[in-house]
Amino acid sequence: MATLNDYLLVSGLLFAIGLAGVVLRRNIIIVFMCLELMLSAANLTLVAFSRFNTTANGLPDYNGQMLVFFVITVAAAEVAVGLAIIVALYRARQTIHTDELTSLKG
Amino acid sequence: MPSYLFWLFSTVMLIGGTAVVAFRNPVSSALSVVTCFVGLAGLFIGLSAFFVGVIQILVYTGAVMVLFLFIIMLLDLKDEEKPAKPLLPIAAGIALVAAFMVQLVGILFRSPNKIAPLLDETTLASAAKGFDKGSKIATTLHDGKLPDVHLIGHTLFTEYNFPLQVLGVLLLVATVGVVVLSKRQAE
Repeated sequence: MATLNDYLLVSGLLFAIGLAGVVLRRNIIIVFMCLELMLSAANLTLVAFSRFNTTANGLPDYNGQMLVFFVITVAAAEVAVGLAIIVALYRARQTIHTDELTSLKG
Repeated sequence: MPSYLFWLFSTVMLIGGTAVVAFRNPVSSALSVVTCFVGLAGLFIGLSAFFVGVIQILVYTGAVMVLFLFIIMLLDLKDEEKPAKPLLPIAAGIALVAAFMVQLVGILFRSPNKIAPLLDETTLASAAKGFDKGSKIATTLHDGKLPDVHLIGHTLFTEYNFPLQVLGVLLLVATVGVVVLSKRQAE
């Protein structure tokens, strides 16, 4: 049986991979996908806590899974808006490489 | 969930995640995210969170990643050509991730570990007492099965009713926002 720390380690690794992608990649769509990976890592932690901390009646703690439900829904809305912004950005600048988007630089 | 299934799904998930960062072609990266999410859904189902596992597949892999693929193909992105990458930012990024990993492992080794509480038929049958007699939740629990979707629906529409309605408004705002954003601006 996998223990709680196994799940936390795996989700921490997934978060680290997502973080590495956000820091290292320049393609803004891939940065966005790595953000999704980081959100999913947080979801895995929440579900693991929900399963490993049962409530008084012995069932999993469903408050944790409610939070996952809300995170997934908000992430879906976020992806829709984010991709619309990326398309608008591409129309305006013809590029989605973060190195070339420097107009905010002082 | 047996240990070997846990490690199988974790490996699929982590290999998929690494491939997202490693591939140069955005389409390959998007498909790697799909692989990663399938492994993650397996882990969710192993944690008896059947509903979350299913919406992970339906919403994330089915809808969100297809949206990503549409946008990648719409923008017709080329492979990232190898630029002369400055070494300092890359080293800083890797150092950041390494520091995070060191902290994580340090904390996990010192925090108390926990094994999963049993969800066998006697536990479930005794949990049935807390719900109305004759309701779907109580009868399914009494049969020794976990009515995951019913319990989530029950929690969602009693304790989390207001956040659910706020979420509906948020989705509406996002839909309107996307339509406004993607409309071609008149010159």
